[in-house]
Amino acid sequence: MSELHLLSLSEQIKGLASGQFSSVELTQHYLQRITNLDPQLNSFITVTPELALEQAAAADQRRANGKATALTGIPIAQKDIFCTQGVKTSCGSKMLDNFIAPYNATVIGQSNAAGLVMLGKTNMDEFAMGSSNENSFYGAVKNPWALDRVPGGSSGGAAAAVAADLAPLASGTDTGGSIRQPASFCGLTGLKPTYGRVSRFGMIAYASSLDQGGPMARDAFGCAQLLQVMAGHDAKDSTSVDQPVDDYVSGLNQSLQGLRIGIPKQYFAEGLDAEVKTKIETALKQLEALGATVVEINLTTTEAAIPAYYLIAPAEASSNLSRYDGVRYGYRCDAPKDLTDLYMRSRAEGFGAEVQRRILIGTYALSAGYYDAYYLKAQKVRRLIQQDFLKAFEQCDVIAGPTAPTTAYALGAKQDPVSMYLGDIYTIAVNLAGLPAISAPCGLDSEQLPIGLQLIGNYWREAQLLNIAHQYQQQTDWHRQRAPLARGQEA
Amino acid sequence: MADSSAPLTAADVQQIALLARLQLSEAHQAAYADSLNRVLGLMDSLARVDTDGVLPMASPHDRAQPLRDDVPTEPNRRADYQAVAPATQDGLYLVPKVIE
Repeated sequence: MSELHLLSLSEQIKGLASGQFSSVELTQHYLQRITNLDPQLNSFITVTPELALEQAAAADQRRANGKATALTGIPIAQKDIFCTQGVKTSCGSKMLDNFIAPYNATVIGQSNAAGLVMLGKTNMDEFAMGSSNENSFYGAVKNPWALDRVPGGSSGGAAAAVAADLAPLASGTDTGGSIRQPASFCGLTGLKPTYGRVSRFGMIAYASSLDQGGPMARDAFGCAQLLQVMAGHDAKDSTSVDQPVDDYVSGLNQSLQGLRIGIPKQYFAEGLDAEVKTKIETALKQLEALGATVVEINLTTTEAAIPAYYLIAPAEASSNLSRYDGVRYGYRCDAPKDLTDLYMRSRAEGFGAEVQRRILIGTYALSAGYYDAYYLKAQKVRRLIQQDFLKAFEQCDVIAGPTAPTTAYALGAKQDPVSMYLGDIYTIAVNLAGLPAISAPCGLDSEQLPIGLQLIGNYWREAQLLNIAHQYQQQTDWHRQRAPLARGQEA
Repeated sequence: MADSSAPLTAADVQQIALLARLQLSEAHQAAYADSLNRVLGLMDSLARVDTDGVLPMASPHDRAQPLRDDVPTEPNRRADYQAVAPATQDGLYLVPKVIE
């Protein structure tokens, strides 16, 4: 049983169902791998072995009672942005280093109800602000494909953990690409659902009109299984939408015959790495061979999405993060001399540099005299971005292109915030519009680093995206390629 | 503060930081002025987008705020919530003296 982590999720589900191994055995196996390998990666902020083994034993009991769901007994790594009752929930910040959540996020409650076994809480950019996972108070995460590379961000710990086979499934959140880009950098499949599909209750807020939780796994099957658990209306989140949830797993065997794939020429313009471009074009040819047709489309607002995002997200963040006041929970500075000093030093000492930068940008963009020129203008551009997509969907069913302009770059390579922000060009417009999108592995570059294909769907078409990725994965084996660290080699 | 076309100075950043309740050293003010100016440089391209007559979009779905019945749904868990507070006494949050 020493190779349990090499089984696909589908094989693990069958193994548990047939009694070939128990959830306790599977959980112990992953906990041992975390102990052995995570010191090299730093993908977990908190590992919860006692809780995991307790949940695993309960899952085995539930199965014995005939009450198991598909994922009962399967381990999962939860992003440290989801409040987990009785467990430290830091959001990657010194501000919440001492925060033991007094309640569960809906996503955590849903995972528990399905019988998933939580291994621990994964590392992330502080308050999900970052694209490389270098902004964590707990230190950078390393990419299992090459330990001198970033895993992407902000769900970098989640991606590194699954890519190194420290967990078969992980939750992530995506405000501007934070599920898709790390999935791309680490060779995984990751889905950002339609805004309102997954409850944000108990998911620590960054930019409330953009944030959305979603699944990360090796393959589309894993994402379909986990999204089935996460999706649904939640009265505790007023932006959660009461929309029927599709059967994502049974929807995975649809033909791609007649599928129209839109290719935005702006996604293949200057700035896209040549090797990434070649692999994406190859993947599109493979989708055509499966019956899809390709049409060129025009997303003229592509470039404007970056400034619009980097005004709207910080504006919402500056408002959301005003709750960290050193009074009710979280970090408080030593010996404050008055209330203003308490606020100002607690926030200066508790937040890291990128979080402070975004709070400052947001505060500035919302301040009197600048609101119209910055925030309101960005909101108008946001509507044009949405209209651009809706117009494109009159010509095609889904939109395809790269997830990121390059493969994983070196740790420390992007010191300038602007160069970091420009790397989000293909992912952020999706969040501004609120659309669903998936990243699926479609090749390796000459340095053996993974490349991700992004598919963007119309509202509520998660099932379609998962099916396309699944059909592609029936013909290719990029999703089965393993990082050197997961193969037991030096990365 | 400067007009939106002029670069931010360290003094501007100090003012913004005060609004955001962030205590910044002079060195940090200068460093943030530099990086904020580079970020705001990105925003110039927005001015070139024609948005005449376009309604601002605040959220992906144009829906009315859903309302629930005005009945209590949560139990009182004050002790649980105050257990994570830096300082409390008799069910109250403690802060430095505000009124002399």
